[in-house]
Amino acid sequence: MEIPAIVGGGLVVIGAGIGIGRIGGSALEAMARQPELTGKIQTVMLIAAALIEGIGFAALFAL
Amino acid sequence: MRLKTILITFFISSFFGLNSFCENPSSNLEKDGDIRERYKKFKNHHLMDNHMFVLTHDIAFPLPVILYTDGELDVFMSSNLYDNHHKPVVFEINGRAYKVDGHEHIKEVGSNLSLIDFSITKNVVFILICFVLMILMFVKMARSYKHNSLPKGIGRLIEPIIIYIRDDIARPNIGEKKYKRYMSFLLTIFFFIWIVNLFGMTPLGSNVTNNIAVTASLAVLTYLITTFTANKNYWGHIFWMPGVPTPMKIILAPIELLGTIIKPFSLMIRLYANMTAGHVVLMSILGLIFIFQNWLGGTLSFGLAFALSLLELLVCALQAYIFTMLSALYFGGAVEEHH
Repeated sequence: MEIPAIVGGGLVVIGAGIGIGRIGGSALEAMARQPELTGKIQTVMLIAAALIEGIGFAALFAL
Repeated sequence: MRLKTILITFFISSFFGLNSFCENPSSNLEKDGDIRERYKKFKNHHLMDNHMFVLTHDIAFPLPVILYTDGELDVFMSSNLYDNHHKPVVFEINGRAYKVDGHEHIKEVGSNLSLIDFSITKNVVFILICFVLMILMFVKMARSYKHNSLPKGIGRLIEPIIIYIRDDIARPNIGEKKYKRYMSFLLTIFFFIWIVNLFGMTPLGSNVTNNIAVTASLAVLTYLITTFTANKNYWGHIFWMPGVPTPMKIILAPIELLGTIIKPFSLMIRLYANMTAGHVVLMSILGLIFIFQNWLGGTLSFGLAFALSLLELLVCALQAYIFTMLSALYFGGAVEEHH
């Protein structure tokens, strides 16, 4: 049986979602521990989230 | 006082704008076809670049069409390409016949000549509006600093953003010595993307960053600047990675070379996909009105669309920030000194 491409797209989106969720969670923990570093953590968090998002979109465009 | 008037006008007009989104497909409800199919068509049409500037069902402005066919220029207004109901018709000029196809691309229908389209389309109009707006804004702002160092007028809004880009994006990522060279590009690209994205949230129906050609040219600019301002350390790290065994160096070189192209490519896809996804979701939620066709669906749809519009306002600024941030990061990698 052939697996439709959209299943792969769904898997990628799940992966990207888990990734962004983990980044957000870790950033939240880090900010709670060291509130004075909030600005720096936010910047790095946004960059990492953007990179993961890029991969997710690339997979969706390959469909 | 004047600013307040502008804000109120903007607010009211955005309400009318939501109405105009809704009116168009519902105007002749029972006449033809399934309403879902028709809304889908309307939505897909909204996401495309257009040769007409259609404001509402009744108000549309023609835009100039400039075509380069067979070594000759054909210039005419786009109103010739449509009839009274916005349906494409064949138009003949200088012995050549043109028609707009389903993707809003102009085709030569007589003998299938290949053509280059330099038309002022809807996207180009909004890019030009953004260009004029930015020139007015920043020239006025720069002049006000000649007399005293305190910001005046629009500068009070924009100065903190400019200082943020300088101190939190350019300086830490590019480095204290070299950031000044890149500031003009970073500022331009940030304000261009931001303003153009905000135009997309107005009811004018603009969708400049929903066009992959626009985001591609922005990404190509970043790529060219990275490539031509890179120092020998950068190229050294690409072709002959220091500190790893020789076989690894040979394996790493093509991967790193590919990486230089993937970086701007991901910039292009990210901006385009984010803005397109935002528009698609917003249009789909507005489409719930036509699928439910009762008070519950309408209320739900309006509430969700309002909340999503607020989220989209955040995404507009965030995408501009991320594009600027990653560009700065790539420039920083290109000019990093040996350590």
